[in-house]
Amino acid sequence: MNALIVAALLLVLLGVAYQSGWSRSRNLVTAEGVKVHSRPQYHGSYVAIWAMLPALVILGLWAWFGGGITHNYTVSQIPQDTLLALDQVQLNATVSRINAIASGYGIAGEIQPFEQSAGDALRSFQMLTFLGMLLAAAVAGGAALLYARSRVTARLRARNAVERFVNIALLACSAVAILTTVGIVASLVTEAYKFFTFINPLDFFFGTVWNPNNAGTAGNWGSYGLLPLLVGTLMITAIAMLVAVPVGLMAAIYLSQYAPRQLRAVAKPLIEILAGIPTIVFGFFALVTVGPFLRDVGGFFGLSINATSALTAGVVMGIMIIPFVSSLSDDILNQVPRTLRDGAYGLGATKSETIRNVLLPAALPGIVGAFLLAVSRAVGETMIVVLAAGNSPVLRGNPFEPVATITVSIVNQLTGDTDFAGPQSLVGFALGLTLFVITLCLNVVALYIVRRFREQYE
Amino acid sequence: MTDTLSNTHSASLERTKLIRAGLRRRHMSEAIFRGLGLAAIILALGFVALLFTDVFRKGIPAFTQSNLHLAVTFDPTVIDVGPAPARADFTSEAEYNAASLKWQRDVALLNWNTIIEQSMRAAAPAGYEIDTRALLTIPETDARHRVRAMFVENPALLGQTVDVDVLASANATNWIKGNINRDLSDAQQQLSPQARTLIDTFEANGTVSNGFAWSIFTNVDSRAAPASAGLLGAFVGTLWMMLIVVILAVPIGVAAAVYLEEFAPKSRLTDFIEVNINNLAAVPSIVFGLLGAAAFINYMHLPISAPIVGGLVLTLMTLPTIIIATRGALLGVSPALRQAALGMGASKTQMVFHHVLPVTFPSILTATILGVAHALGETAPLLLIGMKAFVASVPTTPFDQATALPVQIYLWQGNENRNFFEPRTAAAIMVLLAVMILLNGVAIYLRSRLEKRA
Repeated sequence: MNALIVAALLLVLLGVAYQSGWSRSRNLVTAEGVKVHSRPQYHGSYVAIWAMLPALVILGLWAWFGGGITHNYTVSQIPQDTLLALDQVQLNATVSRINAIASGYGIAGEIQPFEQSAGDALRSFQMLTFLGMLLAAAVAGGAALLYARSRVTARLRARNAVERFVNIALLACSAVAILTTVGIVASLVTEAYKFFTFINPLDFFFGTVWNPNNAGTAGNWGSYGLLPLLVGTLMITAIAMLVAVPVGLMAAIYLSQYAPRQLRAVAKPLIEILAGIPTIVFGFFALVTVGPFLRDVGGFFGLSINATSALTAGVVMGIMIIPFVSSLSDDILNQVPRTLRDGAYGLGATKSETIRNVLLPAALPGIVGAFLLAVSRAVGETMIVVLAAGNSPVLRGNPFEPVATITVSIVNQLTGDTDFAGPQSLVGFALGLTLFVITLCLNVVALYIVRRFREQYE
Repeated sequence: MTDTLSNTHSASLERTKLIRAGLRRRHMSEAIFRGLGLAAIILALGFVALLFTDVFRKGIPAFTQSNLHLAVTFDPTVIDVGPAPARADFTSEAEYNAASLKWQRDVALLNWNTIIEQSMRAAAPAGYEIDTRALLTIPETDARHRVRAMFVENPALLGQTVDVDVLASANATNWIKGNINRDLSDAQQQLSPQARTLIDTFEANGTVSNGFAWSIFTNVDSRAAPASAGLLGAFVGTLWMMLIVVILAVPIGVAAAVYLEEFAPKSRLTDFIEVNINNLAAVPSIVFGLLGAAAFINYMHLPISAPIVGGLVLTLMTLPTIIIATRGALLGVSPALRQAALGMGASKTQMVFHHVLPVTFPSILTATILGVAHALGETAPLLLIGMKAFVASVPTTPFDQATALPVQIYLWQGNENRNFFEPRTAAAIMVLLAVMILLNGVAIYLRSRLEKRA
């Protein structure tokens, strides 16, 4: 409700400011008949920006600090002797009871007199601060409006000012991308650091046993060895690549070199459908169809294959990555200059010889880059593995057995509670950091290779 | 002379023969290579077909659901409660509210299961022996709430008999549809032998029939009454998140792309931003979930399992896609357009916003829709910000607890009643895929239409 009022008032301020700048600019033109530097829209925008900024700053400050101030006020309303008797949890409960009284919804249980009086006081405090804040914002905005309006003259370079502002706003938007990276790194590193205060990093990175004690307390945290998860991740990734790379690459070669136009027009989007299917769907498919199928096939050949195993997850993940590999390879094959191919044809090579001996070697760096990008996707893939890999964090090399991966363990350790107090949940961030570093290295190398490859033929 | 000539002749014959032989081999390998390529295409398309047919085959049966048609008698001996308070009897609104709340509480305390039981017995063959417990495993547990709500709505029903359709329970549905092997021994069956025979009787006499499962679309998730579990809550949760993604990711993404492509000076910083964005596009989605858990929930104290947090996380995940696509589109705008605008005296900002950006609108729109479609199916990051909590309500604001379509699929596939929930999960997947295909179709349609106009 309050937010709506604030938004409406801001809109009003915006409209009034724009209008006043605009009309003043129009008056300049009609009254004096002089040449005005900027058009009326720019004067309007100029005044509007001036008026909005201080108001927004005040509102932003209130949004940031207001909660803390209100909380302190509420605590100050609790009688001193009562306050001393409360511990942190009770204090929070009391504060939320007072908040409920102030909001007028009422609360369960008996209301103590001090709670009632504090609630009433809080209510008027909230009302006053809200109005005060609105007033401050309005005064600041209005003053800025008047100031900006007084500056609107024929010589004012309003367009340049507005464009400078737009420029800064655009820069701020592209900074979001950097902030995201900074946020990811900061949150992963700080939480992982907390984890390493519980568990020795050496035990984490080189430990061979993964057995977190989820109900554990100090001295009994359980073991957090990364290796079983890493081996599981690599095994599934390897299987996925064995499926995706041959199929994806051959599909790309066929589509770009052999296929008649009509087939290409139909098959390419159809294969790309695979890329758009959510991974949870692949996970379900792996769990209920592919897993039992592989188990039966294994049984037919006398192999014991688990329905949920590294093989199941890997095969389905490979299917998921096929379009990724094929569209990247397609791009790369198309970038190899025609002259290379024509040269090979001129020497009498068949199409497949040209592809194998000329096209592929020329495109090799690009294809390696695409391969690395695909590996990075497979390593970070979560839902297929959560559903179909069987979640068995034991160090073993048999792909027919259930495994667990880094991503699965993140999901297992981090869903549920949010107080990141013990290593049980903090380990999620250490695993996330490991995952982030692995994929970052793969991506940087891959993107570098692909970029170099493009430049080579440009 | 003739000798050497014939020698050369035979040598060339020899060579032709050699080439012929080699050519056959080479053509053979050509055919094999080509065949392998075709096989790869067929394999990839086969996977698409297999996945879709598999999901459809499993999911379509879940769209029909078994209903029980019961003649429910609001028996006054069971519904032993005073008349509903009327507003006229009370002097103030508050007293009336208190009285009607008390009356509703009294109504809630009645044994509504008895009403259901009586109507079930009435529908069963006369004298059929079955204990209450077994009998009540046939209708879904929310049947009594339905009947009670009818009575609260209209107290005049007391003593009357009304036809009511209630859902059959999940186990009864399994039995009716054959989702469970009918030959299993009693110990392995979820329902007692009497209940199973009674269901068959009901099916024969028309008390049970199958209808379209509207509950999938109109209900929220339910644990106590699995047969009534629906997708509405998850759907609305997803809708909130997509709204946030569109509101935040599109303007920020387009603005960032415009800055990087049009205004940014070539410097180390912009190079760094560029590398950054390319990397962000390839960061695993679960890492964004970790960011959400640590930054938005733990640090900023935003509500857990709320669409606002999910929307923010998905926004950050979608941003790189939109930025990259928009940059590509801006790069493709013909320099003639820019030069014409600049030549007419437009400033650089005017050139970009008045001339270049409008031309790229179709591409930006397509990229947005595809980005949203991708975000729509994302599951892993949502699990980490607590959206896998069981939520049995429709979120009315982005700050309420909610779940999302893909997460609902994840929750349902984990349900213990596999026989019932496997088809229902497949049905939920069909709904998700339908939404995605719709979005992709709209993107393709809009692109072709707008590009024709441009």
